[in-house]
Amino acid sequence: MIMTRNRLIHCALFIAGIAFTASAGMALNEYVLSIINFAGIFIILAISLNITNGFTGLFSLGHPGFMAIGGYVTAILTFPVSKKAMFLEVPPWLASMEMPFLPALLIGGACAALTAILVGVPVLRLRGHYLAVATMGFLIIVQVLITNWETVTRGPLGLNGLQPLTHLWWVYAWVVITVYVSWKIKFSSYGRSMLAIREDELAAQCLGINLFRTRVAALAIGAFFAGIAGGLWAHLVTAITPASFSLVLAFNIVVMVVVGGTGSITGSFAAAILFSVITEIFRPLEENFDIYGIGEILMALILILILIYRPSGIFGNKEPGVLSPPNKKGGCL
Amino acid sequence: MSGGYIAQQIVNGLVLGSMYALVAIGFSMIYGIIRLINFAHGDIVMIGAFVTLGLFQTLGIPFPVVALAVLTAGGIIGIMIERGTFRPIRGAPQVTGFIASLGISIMLQNLGVMFLTAQPRNFSFPDYLQRVIKIGAVTFRTIDAVIMISAFCLMALLMFLVHRTKLGMAMRATAENIDMARLMGININRTILSAFAMGSALAGIAGLMWGGKFGQIDPLLGFVPGLKSFVAAVIGGVGSIPGAILGGYILGLSEVLFVGLLPPVYSAFRDAFVFVTLILILLILPNGIFGKRIEDRP
Repeated sequence: MIMTRNRLIHCALFIAGIAFTASAGMALNEYVLSIINFAGIFIILAISLNITNGFTGLFSLGHPGFMAIGGYVTAILTFPVSKKAMFLEVPPWLASMEMPFLPALLIGGACAALTAILVGVPVLRLRGHYLAVATMGFLIIVQVLITNWETVTRGPLGLNGLQPLTHLWWVYAWVVITVYVSWKIKFSSYGRSMLAIREDELAAQCLGINLFRTRVAALAIGAFFAGIAGGLWAHLVTAITPASFSLVLAFNIVVMVVVGGTGSITGSFAAAILFSVITEIFRPLEENFDIYGIGEILMALILILILIYRPSGIFGNKEPGVLSPPNKKGGCL
Repeated sequence: MSGGYIAQQIVNGLVLGSMYALVAIGFSMIYGIIRLINFAHGDIVMIGAFVTLGLFQTLGIPFPVVALAVLTAGGIIGIMIERGTFRPIRGAPQVTGFIASLGISIMLQNLGVMFLTAQPRNFSFPDYLQRVIKIGAVTFRTIDAVIMISAFCLMALLMFLVHRTKLGMAMRATAENIDMARLMGININRTILSAFAMGSALAGIAGLMWGGKFGQIDPLLGFVPGLKSFVAAVIGGVGSIPGAILGGYILGLSEVLFVGLLPPVYSAFRDAFVFVTLILILLILPNGIFGKRIEDRP
């Protein structure tokens, strides 16, 4: 294995992340820690949507739907057996099961990915904003189903009293996995075929890329990480309600991807942190001065300004030069 | 289930359908001309409802004047949105416009929350509009009749505008081929602006009707009519005005009948039903009932 410069930088960043996580866990108070946790979850969401939306150009608004599926599956699997009997009416095999966090998360993510495949096979024939609208329909259908399936999900009340299993190390580990997978995809022939589909479907098809399979895979990979993020989210706030997975959340994630630069992993990463911080800054303002909604207005305004003046986002579809592997011409993707 | 019950449901469906149709027309016109799904369209319904509330109940202005004012207000908001956001990004990929319109929608909703609070407000028309009329087994209020008749008149007026005037001809030409229309000396900016103005005016008046029909308004009310009218426009074939009208009525009727004729257990699923219909139509009949296959513009 050759230690190129960018590989060294990646290792350094990884270690810096560990150092940050360790010191943050010791030094910072609960409130700041929870902000960091949320920022981490948003990073996972933005980067995973970036695989679907940025690399392959499938404009999906269904991300919170996958997140909800992952979150609910994880929550039900880790729900203590004693409480399950009290609150839920689930089949006996499920009622007597209480899983550790990791397998529950993985099953949650897998369920989200499976749903993505089932939904994707018919819906991914659509293009452009028709796809956006169909995935938005999917999100609303998921919400309605969760709200009305009261025996398992407790309907609009949601599941509460989940164990607070998510802590900084879990989030950090999943952020690293998401970034790693997404990076490996982008700089592999598979990722190149996704990018080719985004740029020109016909040309990609002529080069022998299986359009349909690649598109479904892009949706499913994104959905898997959205499911994981949902599970982490549920066990961070220790409650899960259908109302959390709204179109506004979908919009926020899309804003992160667009502002960061559709296709840029670094961009999604940076934008996710930026937006978590901005919302937190505005929260006390909203509560003290009673002007609710200012955060959202600002977010929408930033989005529109970026679309008008810098439509490719902060980073375009590239990674900053120091991070990306040099290609033969010396340029960076 | 008597015939009277079904007739009553059909009347309810027609009232709902009229409102969907009015909003859907705007969606369709704007899509037809610049291939943009304008998500902020639903929020113009909300603005229309609040303008009505302000003029009618606070200032006590008579109904016909209010209706005209609401039409104007809707049109002005539409023009502002077009000038402020969509004109600067014209020529960008379609999805860009869609994201921008989502942004405007969120912004309008939150401006509403900020200035008007999220508290729902009661919306009541004076007694002469609330009077109950009974024909056979069917009962409805005067406002329901006003909704149906005025929606019909507005649609007729719009069809006249689009098919019999110079502006309408320019709009149809632009929808057909924007570059060619420009070469023919049509002022594209003005045509697009007037499409936005007309569509938004209709959405504004639909807001007046929405408030009158449901009796309560809040800043987030535009979301549901916006989405459903979009579905209606897709059913009829986006880009086609008769399609939007037909789609509106089909959606209104089928939604009311879905809730009215099936056991009440299912009525919580009405939104899911609407979107399952949408996805099925997109897959089976992607161009809608009246839509022609229109090529995507880059």
